[in-house]
Amino acid sequence: MCGRGSGSCSCGAQSLSLSRPRNPTPTRRHALPVAMRSWRAASRALAVLRNAHPVPAPTPAPARHLARLAPQIQRRDGPSASYSTATFAHVNTPENNSELKWDFTPANMEKVKELLSHYPKNYKQSAVIPMLDLAQQQHGGWLPVQAMNRIAEIVGYAPIRVYEVATFYSMFNRQPVGRYHLLVCGTTPCMLRGSREIEDALLKHLHVARNEVTKDGLFSVGEMECMGSCVNAPMIVVADYSNGVEGYSYNYYEDLTTERVVEIVEDLRQGKKPKGGTQNPKRINCGPAGGNTTLLTEPKPPVCRDLDAC
Amino acid sequence: MAAAARGLSRKAVASLQRATPGWSRAMSEKATSGPQATAPPAPPPPPPQEKTVFGGLKDEDRIFTNLYGLHDPYLAGARKRGDWHRTKDLVTKGTDWIVNEMKKSGLRGRGGAGFPSGLKWSFMPKVSDGRPSYLVVNADESEPGTCKDREIMRHDPHKLLEGCLIAGVGMRARAAYIYIRGEYVNERLNLERALKECYKEGLLGKNACGSGYDFDVYIHYGAGAYICGEETALLESLEGKQGKPRLKPPFPANAGLYGCPTTVTNVETVAVSPTILRRGPEWFASFGRKNNSGTKLFCVSGHVNKPCTVEEEMSIPLKELIERHCGGVRGGWDNLLAIIPGGSSVPLLPKNVCDDVLMDFDALKAVQSGLGTAAVIVMDKSTDVVDAIARLSYFYKHESCGQCTPCREGSPWLWTMMERLKVGNAKLEEIDMLQEITKQIEGHTICALGDAAAWPVQGLIRHFRPELERRIMERAAKENEGLRVANY
Repeated sequence: MCGRGSGSCSCGAQSLSLSRPRNPTPTRRHALPVAMRSWRAASRALAVLRNAHPVPAPTPAPARHLARLAPQIQRRDGPSASYSTATFAHVNTPENNSELKWDFTPANMEKVKELLSHYPKNYKQSAVIPMLDLAQQQHGGWLPVQAMNRIAEIVGYAPIRVYEVATFYSMFNRQPVGRYHLLVCGTTPCMLRGSREIEDALLKHLHVARNEVTKDGLFSVGEMECMGSCVNAPMIVVADYSNGVEGYSYNYYEDLTTERVVEIVEDLRQGKKPKGGTQNPKRINCGPAGGNTTLLTEPKPPVCRDLDAC
Repeated sequence: MAAAARGLSRKAVASLQRATPGWSRAMSEKATSGPQATAPPAPPPPPPQEKTVFGGLKDEDRIFTNLYGLHDPYLAGARKRGDWHRTKDLVTKGTDWIVNEMKKSGLRGRGGAGFPSGLKWSFMPKVSDGRPSYLVVNADESEPGTCKDREIMRHDPHKLLEGCLIAGVGMRARAAYIYIRGEYVNERLNLERALKECYKEGLLGKNACGSGYDFDVYIHYGAGAYICGEETALLESLEGKQGKPRLKPPFPANAGLYGCPTTVTNVETVAVSPTILRRGPEWFASFGRKNNSGTKLFCVSGHVNKPCTVEEEMSIPLKELIERHCGGVRGGWDNLLAIIPGGSSVPLLPKNVCDDVLMDFDALKAVQSGLGTAAVIVMDKSTDVVDAIARLSYFYKHESCGQCTPCREGSPWLWTMMERLKVGNAKLEEIDMLQEITKQIEGHTICALGDAAAWPVQGLIRHFRPELERRIMERAAKENEGLRVANY
């Protein structure tokens, strides 16, 4: 649950060996309690379990530090090695530090004012999420800490109130992403229909690891949890950050095949805008393939009982 | 209404009221089976059933007539389909009339918990103490398998907006916030366009529809967090904070958004209300079994020939739903392995249960699962069922907000154990241990995400224990063989 402020970050997750072959001659036998009565017993048992499946030696400190700097997490072999996307810590870099000044463009400042008008005057903090979203679009798809500071200044709260929001929500990227950020839905309904093959096809085609940006800065591939398009699985989202706020789009591409997803990437590379929605020519939106089974007649004009009588 | 009739205590009712997010069916469970809840007396026998055959809803009885986006979603098209027809008269009938009609219709919340909507609306204060009341519409649809609210927002946005006004009047609210998940950018743009039309035509805002009632609707959006579908986490998020659920009480109906009385309801619940009032509660109640009335959007995904979203009558048999609208299970009904009937949070059902189960709240509860959001995830025999549930465990690990220890720590445990069970890298005793861990999470957290993380795993152990054992034994046999060869 990286980037969610929980104890287990991606580094922690990586240290838990999952599909590593088990030691064929275990030196330590573990008899696990079948029925554990208490939480403590469970945690003890888990400790036993971890001993039974020893974790690899921790990475030396300098290397771990460097790993934190690196924007991407290497995807390990095998489909089970799916880790969440973001590191939690902030490290100052020349383009991402509190010394820099950042502001909304005048046009976007108008939008900020409009956003603030939606909420009571003493609850400006409500606008933080939409403002962060706007800042991310303006800044080419990611949020530097100076933008968070500016937002804190506008709403009049301590910067930490903005940082904790920016780190909690998975749509905020705190490291640069490609101009087209491709997000593959990997949750079970999509997984059942082949989302892993879709992601593999994308990674292979672009020669990148998950969350890595291509050398030309054009693409990056990430994984998202269920994006609410399950009857059109598998699907990806293309977040288009190539033209700032005005050109921003977040289109769903549904009913994909491994060939079609590569075509979409190539279209984007050539500056075309492939049509979003279902890619299955036999379907209309969320209707069944090959023709709808319901709503075959023209919708009826208003049907209403005699309201005056009741 | 139904809860009161069943004789649930006030406390249990209040607990039930928390419900709205996808997993929130958990809450109704929690309310009645949790350690703090008072044990409810045995429910009275259900009312006699007159209707025995369900399904095959006619087109003229469907509420969402533009589900597939074949017609104009905006005002002109919506008016042709009957939206905003005599809304003024509905509003001037007043709060009590609206709430009573909703109670009569038997509508149960469509967000997952199935709490009676009319009753929920009636919890709002009758007399204001100076604070405004708010309606918050939960459009943070993120339960894996669920994609019904999306279709409402992009193809029938006026149903939702009109519903906001009706529900707002029903709970004496002055404003509504629609909280859309951040990923639904295009859906939000559609809704914003529809909202602008409403303001331009005077349907919302000051003197809405000429009824003399002032009502504003605002659209707010999140940024990718499943937990924000839980109602108090949603309120926190709407206040611009991390989406971490609040302890209850106080319940939102007393102190919700900005400390004011608030009711959080699902998009579908709100969107069906104007049609129910126009066509009459008796019409709506004529569908489905008693206590499970109405029509419902079903999203069928996974291994069916033609996955789709479809509006059907409640209590339609699961098999009929799949065969009539989705072209059947891939490879035929006999190729079915298991079905998750109500979104990822509910336990799965093996084929023998799926054969004749009805799709409604009570029937699915009786088979130890739930209707949830009516998101049917079908798995055929080619599925690695352990992998499928392990992926859900990863989902819950990823989405746990990290506030309560059992969920924050327990959900990664579930995932790591499931990943090992997937390849049989475990001891047989660990199956019981896994079950124990789910029980240690369930009911020990502020919100129901912990329960939701536990249930799919429990369902797997309940119905597929032999499969888990087989994998462990096979791997052990292989390793022993390797050991023998090595020793030799």
